[in-house]
Amino acid sequence: MPDTNEILDNLTKSEYKYGFVSDIDTETAPVGLDENTIRYISSRKEEPEWMLEYRLKAYRHWLTMKEPEWAHISYPPINYQDIIYYAAPKKKQFTSLDEVDPELLATFDKLGIALEEQKRLTGVAVDAVIDSVSVKTTFQETLAKHGIIFCSFSEAVKNHPDLVKKYMGSVVPYTDNYFAALNSAVFSDGSFCYIPKGVRSPIELSTYFRINAANTGQFERTLIVAEEGGYVSYMEGCTAPMRDENQLHAAVVEIMAMDNAEVKYSTVQNWYPGDKEGKGGIYNFVTKRGLCKGANSKISWTQVETGSAITWKYPSCILMGENSIGEFYSVAVTNNRQQADTGTKMIHIGKNTKSTIISKGISAGFSNNSYRGQVRITARAENARNFSQCDSLLLGDKCGAHTFPYIDVDNRTAIVEHEATTSKISEDQLFYCQQRGIDMEKAISLIVNGYAKEVLNHLPMEFAVEAQKLLSISLEGSVG
Amino acid sequence: MNFELNIMLLQLKELHVSIKGKEIIHGLNLEVKAGEVHAIMGPNGTGKSTLALAIAGKEGYEITAGEVIFNGLVINEMPPEERARLGIFLGFQYPVEIPGVSLTNFMRTAINEVREYRGLPPMPAGEFLKMMEEKKQLVEIQSKLTNRSVNEGFSGGEKKKNEIFQMAMLEPMLAVLDETDSGLDIDALKIVANGVNMLRRPDNATIVITHYQRLLTYIVPDFVHVIYNGKIVRSGGKELALELEEKGYDWIKKELNV
Repeated sequence: MPDTNEILDNLTKSEYKYGFVSDIDTETAPVGLDENTIRYISSRKEEPEWMLEYRLKAYRHWLTMKEPEWAHISYPPINYQDIIYYAAPKKKQFTSLDEVDPELLATFDKLGIALEEQKRLTGVAVDAVIDSVSVKTTFQETLAKHGIIFCSFSEAVKNHPDLVKKYMGSVVPYTDNYFAALNSAVFSDGSFCYIPKGVRSPIELSTYFRINAANTGQFERTLIVAEEGGYVSYMEGCTAPMRDENQLHAAVVEIMAMDNAEVKYSTVQNWYPGDKEGKGGIYNFVTKRGLCKGANSKISWTQVETGSAITWKYPSCILMGENSIGEFYSVAVTNNRQQADTGTKMIHIGKNTKSTIISKGISAGFSNNSYRGQVRITARAENARNFSQCDSLLLGDKCGAHTFPYIDVDNRTAIVEHEATTSKISEDQLFYCQQRGIDMEKAISLIVNGYAKEVLNHLPMEFAVEAQKLLSISLEGSVG
Repeated sequence: MNFELNIMLLQLKELHVSIKGKEIIHGLNLEVKAGEVHAIMGPNGTGKSTLALAIAGKEGYEITAGEVIFNGLVINEMPPEERARLGIFLGFQYPVEIPGVSLTNFMRTAINEVREYRGLPPMPAGEFLKMMEEKKQLVEIQSKLTNRSVNEGFSGGEKKKNEIFQMAMLEPMLAVLDETDSGLDIDALKIVANGVNMLRRPDNATIVITHYQRLLTYIVPDFVHVIYNGKIVRSGGKELALELEEKGYDWIKKELNV
C-alpha cells in the first residue's frame, strides 16, 4: 500500500496542476461538422475506403438522433457546429523520439509520463494521444515478442485492418447512443490492443490522453481484444488545459474477452473540471462497454473520476459466456459546480454469471453526484449473482448525492443484492483527528481515502498513488 | 531531573465558556504543574466535559472571558490541532469511529504531523512499528485492533483502551481524560489505570475527569477538585474523593446552600 502520509505531504495547492497550454504547431480541421469534415479527417489519416464508409454511416445515423436528456445533469445546449473536430501536431508520424517536437516531449514530461523507454523500470507501456493524434507508443517491440499488438488506432486501421473490421463496433455499435454515433463518425485516434491466445501481458499497458488545442473536441476510440486465455491490465489517464470555454470529449471504449480471458481496465479521469464558479471544464460523455463473450471470462472496470465539468459515463459488462464475471469499482468526486452522472450496467445472459458493483460517490461544494446503474438478469441466465453497493459521502450541505438503481430480473434463480448508504463527514470525526494533531484538510483527505479504499485497492500500484493524491487535491478548500 | 518539577503546565484564569451563547463555565480557576495528577469530579451536567473540550479547543466552545495558558502561552484562540501538537491530549468520553482509516495509519499520520510541527523528520517505519508494539503491550491492546479502522467495531472497553494507547504513542505533556472509566468493567479499568500510571513522568501532568471515586483507587491523584455549576467549589487531596464517595454530591449541594 502506498504511504498515505507521504502522499499527503506532497500535496500542492488546490490549483488544477495540469492546466498549462503547450505551444505546439497544430494543424486543425475547419470549425463545424458535415460530411466534408468527416472526409477531411479520413483523408488526413489516409484511411481505407471502408473506414470512411463506416464513419459516414455513423454520421448519417447521428443526424437522426437526439441528445439524451435523462441524466441528472444540466448544461447549455452544445453547438456541434462550433467545435473543431480534428487537431494534430503538424508532424504526424514519428519513428524515433528525436523527431518529436521538443515542446511536445516537454508536455509529457510535465505530466509525468515517461515516453522514453529508458525509464523502463516503470514497467508500463504508454500510448500518448495529444488532441486527435497518437504521438508515441512505447515498448512496442517488447510486446511484439509476445505477439501482443499495442498501437494507436490509426496504425491498427492501416496494419491490422482485418482485426479492426471484425471487432470495431461489435460491442458498441454506432447506433448505440448519440455520443457513440458522434464518436464513430469523427473519432480521431486512440489505442488498439490485441492479446493473442494464451498470452498474459507481462507489463501494464496505458494510454495517456491530453487535450491541448482550443475549441477542439476529443473523440478517441479504444479497442481491446483478449483471445482465449489472454490477460491484460490496461490503464487510462487524461488531462486538459484550463480554459474558460467548455470542451467536448466523447470517447468510446470497447473490450472483448473470449474463453478464460481477463481484461482489467483502470481509469483515472482528471480532465479540467472548470473553475470554482463553474466556468469552463470538459464535458465528458463516454461510452465504455465490455463483452464477456467466452466462458469463464472476466472484465473488470475500475475508475477514479475527479475531473470534468460534466461526467456522463457508464462502463458496462455484457456477461454472455457461462461463468463469466463483470466488476465495476468506482470513486467519483465532485466539487464546486461539477456534475457527475455515472455508474454501470451489468447484463447477465449466460449461466452462472456473476457481477459486483462497488460505487463510492463523494460530493462537495455545490456539486451534484449521481449513481445510475442497471442490473439485468435475462431469462436464460440461470444462477446469476449480483452484489451492488452504492455509498455516498457528503461534504457540506450545498451539494447533492443521488442514486438511481434499476434492477430487472427475468429468472427466478437469480440472487441480486443492493446496499446503499449516505453519510457525512461529521464534525466529531474531524475534531477527533484535529485533537491528535491532524489539521482539517489532512483529516478530510484521510477520511475520504479511507472511504474510497475498497475501490483504490483495485487499481494498479502506479495508479493508486496518483489516485490518492488526486482525491485529496480535488477536495481541497471544500471545507472551512 | 528536579529542575523540571514545579513547572506550571496549565493555568485556567477566571475562565468563562459558552456553548451557543449559553454560559456553562462561570469563572473557573485551576493550576496544574508538571508531575501532578488532578482529578475533577462532580455531578452530571455541571461542566466537566465542557471544560475538557474547551481546553482542547473544540469549535463551538467559546471562551468568552478569562484565559487558558499552556506552558506560558495563552491558547484561547489556537486551533485544536496546534494545541495537540504542543502536547495537549484529550482522552474522549465517546471516541468516534473513522471507517476505512486503520489505526496504524491514523497514528502514523498524527505522529508525523506532530513531528513536522516540531521541526522533526517523519518517524522511520521501523521505529514506528517498534513503538506501536511497545505501547500496545502497555494497555494490553490486541494486535488485530491496530489493523482495523479507528474504533470501528471496537467494544466499549477497547475504545477506552485505545484512547490510552494513543496517549502512550503521542506522549503528551498534558493529558485530559474525560470519563475514561465510564462503561469499563473492573479488569479493563485496572488496565487503563495501569497504563496511565506507567505514563506518569515528572515532566508531564494528567487531569482525570470522573464521576465516581472508583477510578481514583487505581490512579491516585495529588489533587481533587469538585466542580459544580461551572465552578470549582472545593479542592483538596485524595481524601476529598473518598469523602465524596461516602457522602454523595448532595453533601456539596447542601454546603453550598442550593
